Amino acid sequence: MKLNERSLAFYATCDSPADNAGFLYKRGERHTAYHRRWFVLKGNMLFYFEERESREPVGVIVLEGCTVELCDSAEDYAFAIRFGGAKSRTYVLAAESQAAMESWVKSLSRASFDYMRLVVRELEKQLEEMRWGPAGGGGGGRQSPGSWKPKSSGPERSQERLPALPAVPPKENGCAVWNNVPGAERPPDTSVCGGHDGEGNPRPPPLPPRRRASSGEAGSAGAAAAESPSTFCRLHEQYGREVARLRQDWLERQRGHRP
Amino acid sequence: AVLKKRLVKLVVNFLFYFRTDEAEPIGALLLEHCRITKEQENVFSISFIEEPERKYCFECDSEEQCQEWIEALKRASYEFMRRSLIFYRNEIQKMTGKDPLEQYGISEEARFQLGTRKQ
Repeated sequence: MKLNERSLAFYATCDSPADNAGFLYKRGERHTAYHRRWFVLKGNMLFYFEERESREPVGVIVLEGCTVELCDSAEDYAFAIRFGGAKSRTYVLAAESQAAMESWVKSLSRASFDYMRLVVRELEKQLEEMRWGPAGGGGGGRQSPGSWKPKSSGPERSQERLPALPAVPPKENGCAVWNNVPGAERPPDTSVCGGHDGEGNPRPPPLPPRRRASSGEAGSAGAAAAESPSTFCRLHEQYGREVARLRQDWLERQRGHRP
Repeated sequence: AVLKKRLVKLVVNFLFYFRTDEAEPIGALLLEHCRITKEQENVFSISFIEEPERKYCFECDSEEQCQEWIEALKRASYEFMRRSLIFYRNEIQKMTGKDPLEQYGISEEARFQLGTRKQ
């Protein structure tokens, strides 16, 4: 499958800050020898370079639909990125310290696009409720007209619009199109964003008709629809529990290995 | 340039394209650091920051479809979502004095940091 590799390499090496970076040992595909590589995590992409100074990555792992877990390995501080699907590969990596391992497991577990979107929606929702109140009442002394109720009773939440926050034009959240992503659900009401690519549009465009997500494959935490703060809390708990459990497992193994 | 009919799917920050009768994509474009431009009627293009003259052009069936895609693609990048998040976080913090990410224990995560990210 073709990829715009040059753009990928640019993303990997440009000066936008990385979400994590460091040396990890990566187990080879065919042979079980580990190779030390320089890893850079940006967004949902885990790039790896032959060396820290290399100008181009040698590979990339797209962190969607995967789980991050401890694995049995003679190598210390080992963990695995596991994908579902018959032909999928499991990437076995090893850090150089316990702290590094925990840091990587944590940041990789939260790297998916879905996770970021979950958090964005949660904050959007909080902001909506703060401005307009949960029952559509005015916040900050402003009466909101009935049509601006943040909660829709209709099937298409996507039809609602938020009025512009000060100095920021209203935009539609393009999450609507990601209906093939695991855990994708109906699009949110709207989104307002301060940072964008400089091409603001003062009028929200009409949303196209959207298919609902069909049964998708399990996301990294079996992501359920994030329709409410409690759902988000639950999901977040799950992520947190996974990390805590990994850590506990690791600690127990360390104690077990002590002579 | 010859126009070829393709099935195009936007999934997270990738634009996959397929031959219309095949299940496996021929290719994909990572949509980070890209610019979406309206070209002539029904046509938009995607170009990337490191090679701005090279345009991937798409012709749609209608102007409406064209606009839909442009709007969706402009918001498709992970980095766009991250900026949105930082913006909302900042707004909520200004309004309430509290960091909304604190209750989830993720306020120190590198990926959610305010202010210091370059774009």
